[in-house]
Amino acid sequence: MKQIAVKDITQKVRDLCISAACNLEPDVANAIKAAFRKEESELGREVLGQIIENFEIADTESLPMCQDTGISVFFVEVGREVSLDGSLVDAINEGVRQGYKEGYLRKSVCHPLKRLNTGDNTPAIIHTSIVEGGKLKIKIAPKGAGSENMSRLKMLKPAEGIEGIKGFVVETIKDAGGNPCPPIVVGVGIGGSFEMCAILAKKSLLRAIGTPNPDADLNKLEGELLDQINNLGIGPMGFGGRTTALAVHVEAHPCHIASLPVAVNIQCHAGRHKEVVI
Amino acid sequence: MSEPVRISAPLTDAAVEKLKAGDKILITGVMYTARDAAHKRLIELLDAGKELPVDLKGQIIYYVGPTPERPGQVIGSAGPTTSGRMDAYTPRLIELGLKGMVGKGARGKEVLDAIKKHKAVYMAAVGGAAALIRRSIKKAEIIAYEDLGPEAIRRLEVVDFPAIVVNDVYGGDLFLQGVEKYRRVS
Repeated sequence: MKQIAVKDITQKVRDLCISAACNLEPDVANAIKAAFRKEESELGREVLGQIIENFEIADTESLPMCQDTGISVFFVEVGREVSLDGSLVDAINEGVRQGYKEGYLRKSVCHPLKRLNTGDNTPAIIHTSIVEGGKLKIKIAPKGAGSENMSRLKMLKPAEGIEGIKGFVVETIKDAGGNPCPPIVVGVGIGGSFEMCAILAKKSLLRAIGTPNPDADLNKLEGELLDQINNLGIGPMGFGGRTTALAVHVEAHPCHIASLPVAVNIQCHAGRHKEVVI
Repeated sequence: MSEPVRISAPLTDAAVEKLKAGDKILITGVMYTARDAAHKRLIELLDAGKELPVDLKGQIIYYVGPTPERPGQVIGSAGPTTSGRMDAYTPRLIELGLKGMVGKGARGKEVLDAIKKHKAVYMAAVGGAAALIRRSIKKAEIIAYEDLGPEAIRRLEVVDFPAIVVNDVYGGDLFLQGVEKYRRVS
């Protein structure tokens, strides 16, 4: 058995919360810079230029790149040989508490009906899976509401097939317009069940931009969807232009013979994701 | 690339009439922050026939909930939030004399009608450019609803705050015009 102390998890989570808010990952930064070089619209270039200047300032001065430092979403893979000396959930929540306080991040979590802020950005949303081995992998994806609010889920009829899926994805992005802070990354979950397609869509957003989908069919679908979305003309911040999405990521899972669940989870240009292995 | 237009806040009718959808602007002067919770309270005061904590005549509201400032900082990161969530409240504030709004994303029909009728302007700042935008904010002071934390109403003094005109008094709409120009029918 590999012993892991929960206080180490708390420390790592604290640091991840702060660095995710301030330091944009290179895959996203490079995709935005590539879009800036290609964008034809003058206002589109102005917006992309400000976005690049912004994440460079945030990185240098250790400032949150966006004031919406998000609700804290985690994907945790626990090796089956790992033994913890306490609660994983408590350790992660304590890390969030410390990170959001000590990193001067905005606390954006509240009771859904009473709308009272919990004051420390907890509870985190934690998805856990048991895997082989003796390591603990923690992935964080703080999620802002601007893009999350534009996300959708639909139970399609199997007869609607791939054209139905494409139509739903493109319509979702069209209706979102400038709200989710384009250029966006579009996460699509196909199949599974009602809740699973949403989790697949979210999980797909954690894949680094520019890495091909290992499934050839899904890779092709990603390319076709990206072209259709960028042909909408929404552009950076919705002011018109060629860059509406930086990437489309699709994950799929077998589903019931009578179902075709599809979820579209939109990620803004501040595509924050970090991971650590203990 | 066209040069930005410099405007001062609060705004006058004459200043608003000069602005066209698509103009890049730099705002210098005073703006007030408010988002969902503060708007709700303002409308509740109006419903109760009470006075607002700030006279909105000529003013600009910036839809923002900043991160907490570190010791010595004027304000934390402070980019725009989605304006559409304020649509239910905005027309009444425009009727009271509110002249400008800064946020991100599209507005509803009632807001666009009020903008034309009462001569106001809707501007967008770049969503997510919060560390850049904070540099143009030179002073920030909470004037109401401190208990709302990031959603408290703040009086900001800004210099060269970068924004883009989205909806002007003539019915111009940058979102419609921009998409029309770059859309490819497949």
